[in-house]
Amino acid sequence: MSDDEQLRVSKIRNGTVIDHITGGQALNVLAILGIDGSSGEELSVAMNVPSDRLGKKDIVKVEGRELSQDEVDVLSLIAPAASINIVRDFSVIEKHRVSRPSMVEGVLECPNHNCISTEDEPVESRFAVVDDGVRCEYCETIIRDDLPAHILAE
Amino acid sequence: MRHDHIISAKQLSRADIEAVLDHAADIAADPGAYADRHADTLLGMLFFEPSTRTKMSFTTAMKRLGGDIVDMGSVESSSVKKGESLADTVRVVEGYADALVLRHPMEGSSKMASEFVDVPLVNAGDGAGQHPTQTLLDLYTIRENAGFDDLTIGIMGDLKYGRTVHSLAHALTNVDAHQHFISPESLQLPRSVRYDLHQEGAEVREHTELDEILPELDVLYVTRIQRERFPDESEYRAVAGQYQIDSATLEAAKDDLTVMHPLPRVDEIAHDVDDTDHATYFEQAHNGVPVRMALLDLLLENAEVTTDE
Repeated sequence: MSDDEQLRVSKIRNGTVIDHITGGQALNVLAILGIDGSSGEELSVAMNVPSDRLGKKDIVKVEGRELSQDEVDVLSLIAPAASINIVRDFSVIEKHRVSRPSMVEGVLECPNHNCISTEDEPVESRFAVVDDGVRCEYCETIIRDDLPAHILAE
Repeated sequence: MRHDHIISAKQLSRADIEAVLDHAADIAADPGAYADRHADTLLGMLFFEPSTRTKMSFTTAMKRLGGDIVDMGSVESSSVKKGESLADTVRVVEGYADALVLRHPMEGSSKMASEFVDVPLVNAGDGAGQHPTQTLLDLYTIRENAGFDDLTIGIMGDLKYGRTVHSLAHALTNVDAHQHFISPESLQLPRSVRYDLHQEGAEVREHTELDEILPELDVLYVTRIQRERFPDESEYRAVAGQYQIDSATLEAAKDDLTVMHPLPRVDEIAHDVDDTDHATYFEQAHNGVPVRMALLDLLLENAEVTTDE
């Protein structure tokens, strides 16, 4: 293994490795997961590394946190090929794919500025996942393209 | 009909629609028989936007059922002015009333509000979203005048922002209706409504000129094109003028064409249409009372059953 590769794929002891993220989407993955490094968690991010399957892929490693299926399924909206590896004591003990959820909550912001979910009300944004996009459960606006642009700022 | 809240025309099945319309017809035939039906019932009125017809006909409907209303009044005179959230307002007012009617300028407001209350909540218009009780009275008027079989209806005007249009178009997918949509290109149906119509298997036939389709119509549903949707006055005038009708326009129509309008109208239907047999918009507005009586009666009965269970 070259030094370069060593750097990219250095192992974590305990936590989650998200592999096969669509190239360029790693920071959006972190944004969706609400991980920004501010709470001190150890993170590794590799972007646009060569991949046989995807051409280019991103990898995110989160030390000390095992992400649940619900947490990662929402990633399928921007990284449908992502795979999730749960690591304990340097070994992968679980490996699974992301699957398309029927609903995503508190992740996206409705682009309709006249939607009640964008106001200061005690509700989280809620989108149903439909055939070719997502749809606001409150105002019914459909987002088809560029989902990352609608990720809620923390 | 078993619904806790009435939020969108999308939730109404053909059976729900028939249940409300049949009940409304019974009430219209003998309103006195329902005069004490809901004595001691209070309807909470939360109107965050101006309303004449909807508010007055809900008030009349509740009073004709023997009940009364409690009214939040205008936004300026309420605690909303102090920055209270809608979720808080409805949770407070549900303690004062047996059911709530909400009109609010933002889309999705009724849906959200319904998540915070246990009493029945009726959407009386949420921004450019939905207006399901208007749709029920529209359907009642259509059924009385043209029937639901092999119906050809033209819906004209502001189809993009018109909530009465969004609700009606969806509800009509439950009946044997061919829908034609007549509007300037900039005010065509929004994507979300198109999506739903396609999902229901309805064909969306769009026209920019009324003449293309007028002779085929059984019903022409006219809505107002609002000045504020256009960047300047001249553009508005140029566009709006093409979607105004008068008695001369209607010479090309079938003799029994029913002309409807949710009102208020400005100048999209000339006053000379009022004297023709086509004009049905005042009858339509009057139908708001028996239809809302029927809906309230069914909702309140349902709420009692649910509480007893």
